[in-house]
Amino acid sequence: MSRPGFVLEVDERTPSLLVHQGEGFRLEKFPLGTRVIYPPDSLPGIRDLDAAIRHALLNPHGTPPLPELLRPDMRLTIVFDDISLPLPQMRPPDIRGRIIEHVLELAAAAGVDDVELLAANALHRRMTPAELKRAVGDRVFRAFFPKHLRNHDAEDPDGMTHLGLTRHGEDVEINKRAAESDLLVYVNITLTAMSGGPKSVAVGLGSYKSLKHHHNVHTLRHSTSFNDPPNSAMHHSYHRMAKVVEDHVKVFTIETTLNGDNFPEATKFLQKREWEWNLRDQASLLAFKKANEMTPLKLRREIWQRNDAPFGVTGIHAGDPKEVHPLTLANVHRQQLTEIDGQADIGVWGLPFLCPYNVNSIMNPILVMSLGLGYFFNLYRNKPIVRQGGVAIFYHPMQNDFHQIHHPSYIDFFEEVLTQTTDQQAIESKFEKQFAEDPWYTHLYRNSYAYHGVHPLYMWYWGAHAMEHLGDVIFVGADRKAAARMGFRSASTLADALEMAKDTVGGSPSITYQHTPPATLADVR
Amino acid sequence: MMLALQYKNSPVKYLTARGVTSTRIGSRFTSAVAGNLAPLQLTQLPVPDLPGRGWVRLRPLLSGICGSDLAMLTGRSSPYLTPLVSTPFVPGHEVVAVTLDDAPDLPKGSRVVVDPVLSCAARGLRLCPACAEGRQSRCIAVTSGGLAPGLQTGYCGDTGGGWGKQMVAHRSQLHVVPEGVRDELAVLAEPLACAIHAVRRVALPAGATVVVIGAGTVGLLTILALREYTEVGGIHVVAKHRHQQVRARQLGATEVIEPARAARAVRRLTGGSLESPVMGAEYLLGGADVTFECTGGGGLDTALRLTRAGGTVVLSGMPSTGVDLTPLWFRELHLVGAYATDSGGVPEADGGRQGDFDRALDLVGRAPLDGFVDARYPLTRWREAVGHAADAGRLGTVKVAFDLAEI
Repeated sequence: MSRPGFVLEVDERTPSLLVHQGEGFRLEKFPLGTRVIYPPDSLPGIRDLDAAIRHALLNPHGTPPLPELLRPDMRLTIVFDDISLPLPQMRPPDIRGRIIEHVLELAAAAGVDDVELLAANALHRRMTPAELKRAVGDRVFRAFFPKHLRNHDAEDPDGMTHLGLTRHGEDVEINKRAAESDLLVYVNITLTAMSGGPKSVAVGLGSYKSLKHHHNVHTLRHSTSFNDPPNSAMHHSYHRMAKVVEDHVKVFTIETTLNGDNFPEATKFLQKREWEWNLRDQASLLAFKKANEMTPLKLRREIWQRNDAPFGVTGIHAGDPKEVHPLTLANVHRQQLTEIDGQADIGVWGLPFLCPYNVNSIMNPILVMSLGLGYFFNLYRNKPIVRQGGVAIFYHPMQNDFHQIHHPSYIDFFEEVLTQTTDQQAIESKFEKQFAEDPWYTHLYRNSYAYHGVHPLYMWYWGAHAMEHLGDVIFVGADRKAAARMGFRSASTLADALEMAKDTVGGSPSITYQHTPPATLADVR
Repeated sequence: MMLALQYKNSPVKYLTARGVTSTRIGSRFTSAVAGNLAPLQLTQLPVPDLPGRGWVRLRPLLSGICGSDLAMLTGRSSPYLTPLVSTPFVPGHEVVAVTLDDAPDLPKGSRVVVDPVLSCAARGLRLCPACAEGRQSRCIAVTSGGLAPGLQTGYCGDTGGGWGKQMVAHRSQLHVVPEGVRDELAVLAEPLACAIHAVRRVALPAGATVVVIGAGTVGLLTILALREYTEVGGIHVVAKHRHQQVRARQLGATEVIEPARAARAVRRLTGGSLESPVMGAEYLLGGADVTFECTGGGGLDTALRLTRAGGTVVLSGMPSTGVDLTPLWFRELHLVGAYATDSGGVPEADGGRQGDFDRALDLVGRAPLDGFVDARYPLTRWREAVGHAADAGRLGTVKVAFDLAEI
């Protein structure tokens, strides 16, 4: 039986607490009275995954069993979540590949010949052949790549179909092959409450023309939080779009959820509660910390990126997306939700080495911003863990370093735009069109492994709600110039950061530290 | 006798300075080299004789220190130029002065600026084909006639120069400074005329996209000339220092760009793609229609890499470094030189000509150039002056000048 989430109040006996900081971590002594939110213990994974997959496909929610939806002359498209999920990458075999194998077996049994596999990478970079192979498994890769296993291309002038408008006038444009399929099977991994459900097809196979209706400053400011779909304007838009998709294409979704096993056996202590570290854990931690600090950054980055997570699968549900997703969300909450009473003056988050957009890549300053003020700040239901006008303190080195192939428009955004303004609305009105329609970025998105030209702007909008809500943002350990470029202050230590925060929240602030990873969704009462 | 700075031929000092400033580390010490290794000395010299009819004596008031002067003092000027000068000489070709003699249409005491080109008229020669066309900067006689060789006043052993208390100039070189134009603006007439000349060297269609590399005196005045005399669209300026960026914007730059991000920024502004070779700087497939190289240094390499296929690169700064010409070949670029000034070329339809200096004197009094000459030194502090000029960008200065009214 896994223990539920837990809120610790720091007292004299509380040991130093682990705080992630890029490719490393600190052991931090928090002020007395600091509340620390821990996620529930990792749930046990499903033992017989193949049986669970079979069961889900044969006993779906809201649709007939998958075999009954398959027929020989049909056009079947299997779509799967891209490299941005899960985080870290899952230790092979990836659950997507296992599910796809089952779907393909049923399709073969039904005599379906016209089968294509698509990575739902939306405006993300294309997955490399090696990354595709890892996601779908060796056998599927060999059978389908490259002709029938490919990345979605949101800029293919002949590859997109406009399905219509939502009742709010939002364009719904998705991949043509998917739109023209008799059945679209979507294989999903829902890591946080923002993913899956109506988002999968409408966003994962969408275009800029479609995405701009919800990936904008206004919508993100009104998504409070985007991990709480009923209160997320972004999800309201997804639902409207999913309705248009549903009117045109039959979607059979298979959603999975994972437990909190983020770290392999050798570094398992990183997800233990600190006071439960035994002598061996403590020795391992100190040795690991020392070795990590002595390793050159490039090598350290590579080592952390190779950290495959031994995730357990906690749920597999298939069928009609509308019926499946609530079950998925319940599983996510079971693993991540921790209740806490009231907001604090200061919220603290340690930002790890990875976000959805730097898998096998570099966490550049804009991604650090989006991870902190976007993803982590929004890991709440009801209310943010910090009060309106409070202070957010994030830990990350925030090196001014960019992946030249993956993030070309990020470099220009950082150098050209953020030097002029950090105002999200000004950026949206003045620069979004330029970045979104720049032929070079489009070329690199389509033919190289670059994120779409508009993607850095989306990441900047990702923090829109937090930036409107917070009185100050301080990054501990960050490159001062990089932080200043983005309008943030930087501090060397927590003590310095708290001193700086005094200007905003006074001398005796209440503090909440959201302890993650593994992901913790705070239910703030 | 008069006090003057004299440049002497010194191969040892020239080579030493060249050796030091040609290295990456040494180039950081250009100001120290200019002040200490330059073959320049403050000395008492006989006042220059009048070479002939049409010549007058001048008493300089202000004389600027130009990038080409600094190149000469730091060993970065090309040996190509050595036959075109006559050592020893008194440098200084950006001069505002008072005439000390009467000329037929110019009474003594007139305040003038000097067009330094020593072409056929000044040398008492029959006009060469270039001079006959009003293209004095292309004169073929700069080593002939009754004067010692010298492409310009300030490089000729017979005329003196602006860095001395007295000099001589031919009437054809003199342009009267309009009433109300202060000396510190008038001294900018020569570099402004050069900038106007550079802008007139190429066809610049309305709406063309222009990049200006460098925002020292030449670059800034080129922006001014582009905005005044053309209808180009975006003028994107690569400027290293903060004060240069501010001034470039004031003069009409559309965007100012730091050198390190020039390629990316110009690509974003003009389109095309960015390519990264295994060695050397990034370049564009695409880029500006016309690029003005105004640094006299590595800017030419940048200019060639940022200009679109079929586009034009104008070489305004005196070149001092070698460069990979592959983009010139591959992109079929036009490389256009822009040296000094002329009187306007072939007469226009109405029979008149408006020379570069005429335009410059018209513009200099009404352009926002206040504060451009913000460092004035007496000749006795010449080491500080040239050191300051060599480091002007970093020190927040545009133009350093000698104040000849001071001792």
